Amino acid sequence: MSNKLEVRQLNAWFGTTQALHDISLTIPDGAVTAIIGPSGCGKSTFIRCLNRMHEVVPGTRATGEVLLDGNNIYGSGVDPVQIRGKVGMVFQKPNPFPTMSISDNVTAGLRLNGERRTRGELATIVERSLRQAALWEEVKNNLNASGISLSGGQQQRLCIARALAVEPEVLLMDEPCSALDPIATTKIEALIHELKQEYTILIVTHSMQQAARVSDYTAFMYLGRLVEFGPTNKIFTTPENKETEDYITGRFG
Amino acid sequence: MANVGTESVQLNSATSNVSWSPIHRQVNLGDWLFRGLTALFAGCVIALLVGIFAILTWESTDAIRRFGIGFLTSTKWDPVFKEFGALAFIYGTLLSSALALLQAVPLSIGTAVFLSEIAPGWLRAPVSFLVELLATIPSVIYGLWGIFVLVPWMRSYIGPALSSTLGFLPFFQGPNYGVSVLTASIILAIMTVPYITSVTHEVLRAVPPMQREAALALGATKWEMIRLAVLPFGRTGIIGAIMLGLGRAIGETMAVTMVIGNRADISASFFAPGSTMASVIANEFNEATYDLYVQVLVEVGLVLLLVTVVVNILARVLVWSVRTGPTGAARA
Amino acid sequence: MNYRRRKLINAVALAGAVACTLCVLLPLVLIFSNLILKGITSVNLAFFTNLPKPVGETGGGMANAIVGTLTLIGLASAVGLPIGVLAGVYLSEYGHGRLGYSVRFSADVLNGVPSIVIGIFAYTLVVLPMKSFSAYAGGFALGVIMIPIVARTTEEMVRLVPSSLREASLALGVPSWRTTVLIVLRTARGGIITGIMLATARIAGETAPLLFTAFGNQFWHSTLGGPIASLPVQIYTYAISPFDDWHRQAWAGALVLLALILVTSLSVRLLTRGRFHSAL
Repeated sequence: MSNKLEVRQLNAWFGTTQALHDISLTIPDGAVTAIIGPSGCGKSTFIRCLNRMHEVVPGTRATGEVLLDGNNIYGSGVDPVQIRGKVGMVFQKPNPFPTMSISDNVTAGLRLNGERRTRGELATIVERSLRQAALWEEVKNNLNASGISLSGGQQQRLCIARALAVEPEVLLMDEPCSALDPIATTKIEALIHELKQEYTILIVTHSMQQAARVSDYTAFMYLGRLVEFGPTNKIFTTPENKETEDYITGRFG
Repeated sequence: MANVGTESVQLNSATSNVSWSPIHRQVNLGDWLFRGLTALFAGCVIALLVGIFAILTWESTDAIRRFGIGFLTSTKWDPVFKEFGALAFIYGTLLSSALALLQAVPLSIGTAVFLSEIAPGWLRAPVSFLVELLATIPSVIYGLWGIFVLVPWMRSYIGPALSSTLGFLPFFQGPNYGVSVLTASIILAIMTVPYITSVTHEVLRAVPPMQREAALALGATKWEMIRLAVLPFGRTGIIGAIMLGLGRAIGETMAVTMVIGNRADISASFFAPGSTMASVIANEFNEATYDLYVQVLVEVGLVLLLVTVVVNILARVLVWSVRTGPTGAARA
Repeated sequence: MNYRRRKLINAVALAGAVACTLCVLLPLVLIFSNLILKGITSVNLAFFTNLPKPVGETGGGMANAIVGTLTLIGLASAVGLPIGVLAGVYLSEYGHGRLGYSVRFSADVLNGVPSIVIGIFAYTLVVLPMKSFSAYAGGFALGVIMIPIVARTTEEMVRLVPSSLREASLALGVPSWRTTVLIVLRTARGGIITGIMLATARIAGETAPLLFTAFGNQFWHSTLGGPIASLPVQIYTYAISPFDDWHRQAWAGALVLLALILVTSLSVRLLTRGRFHSAL
């Protein structure tokens, strides 16, 4: 299995507070990698560094290298806008655009970038993306309804469809189920399973059960450092690190 | 110290292994242009303020040179003999504004206290809406109402009542024409009440509930709570609100011009007609037939501008210092 | 102090606050009732379609002043809206630095500058070079008054847009300026329009800055480069005249002007309130 993302010596700051310390990690292609760890350990910051969303917040800074297919996304002359087209993101809370319909939400990434597509092409993209996000059957008769008229779980799948429509190579998911009920969560997890055939997925989660269910690899972070990384089975059964073991067995603190 | 040492060693070893590339805040052309464009328009706001100062100073240079500081201390205003001093207008402005605040401040604070502490929930929105409605009425309509309703009342009822009760004071002596500094101050009071009330209301709402509860838990009555916990806590903000109202009153033009009587005199009596800086400009600017006359009116405008700007800045500083969520708070 | 006495003071003080509120609302009632009683009899079709009649002739209307006011609002918007909205966008999107602070401060100070002073400013900048009172000068003066109001409300409204929407767009690979224009401004549109309409309502009643810029006109204006009538100035002129017939017209004009302002500010406030909040 080849390596999709390679992170080298990544450090990140909020103002003068360092949130990430020397993270180095290799993310395999076509697999789901879960990032676990206690609140405030830098999981979200870490994945936000992978599509250069971290720097969107004023006063933030990051150093180090993130290689996407061997090219440093922090290299000079790299436009973060293009990186974000290749590395999509789904957020903690569903955030469909309230002023847009369901189909407009799906094609938002294309239209907002001013790409010219015919009506037919757009319709194809809408259907393909919604099918990928397992939402098509539920909304196909209602594509012009507002994106915010959907339920929370549907909204989150709509956001996934929106991210997929841009045809990214990597999908970052920042606690995508934390605002959802158990049924909606199950659906998203099943969806993640489907999507890993085509995409490299990183998912931040605070639920160890979820990490165990959906991921192939797991990284455990603590206090802004990467403590342990390996195949999910191994992390959950025979962790090498004491802190990891304490955390997954619930003896943490 | 030992820790610091080992850390720096680690850092050094790290830098030697990996080529560090600090992040470029890569800004693409569109972002750069858009930011530049909005910054340009934002800069216009500063330029306007500076421009107003510059233009008014420039257009009154001759008058400033000719009359110097004496312009502010002389009461002589004689366009025929080209003798100009603005003291009567400064006095009129300050007196009418002060009298207005004397009426508006207690009413506004009372209303704000009613809104934030006493009124039942369902009554708050409609009452504060009605108070704000006072602020939407244009100045010229206040003036119209003043001329045809308030001035006759002043002449026939309010004036006589005041001189019969308080007539021993010099302020309430002399002939009562209806148009007067006092009448202007009443109109100004009505016009400034909504500003002072709404800002005070906001300030009172920002008083932490803990303060209230602490007072009540000590067995205070509602009024004692307001007097001991709420009002002192909001004092700075309330002073700011009053300054905002003062700024409005000083700069107010039309309504004052229409009821103050427009006489360039200083009189002890509140019943006497007077003039303010704003009203003399409104009245005489179009009649200023020679250059120096225009210049002195612009200079009056400049003095007016300086006074209002100072008052407003003080108000802002005071109100900003109390507001809980400052408008400048960072997002994110 | 015994308890009964404290109770009494409490009751008196609270009653005082209630009395203050009633005192504040009293002028509102008086002004509105006078306006309606004195104005309504002279508001008829002719008022909206006829020019003012010369002194001594009864009847006539303020058609030219109504059109004039709308024209001046249009010109003011041409000056005030681009500057106000874009300055507001700057303040909310990039305004955390020193320039942002200065702009915010200037806007607040500008908002407190007496409108008559802005009239002098416009007179010097537009009337003197053009050597004529003009609609342009009046529109410019009103536009300057609009700028700080529009800028600050735009800033507040754009700030209300949740950052999650901004991030969603950025994460799709949309450049930040397109995100601002297509997502943030679109979401805040209702609120920005509210701010604009409230600013419009404010300038519609301004008189002082028009006295020596737009001046006034008893007839239809022939060009925007010449004097133009407006409702507030016409009301002022009529109110300080000695003629009963003009006084009646002044009341009618005041009623129409106030109706115009209230309808604008109230309807927009109500309409956009619902839409904006549901949009979030």
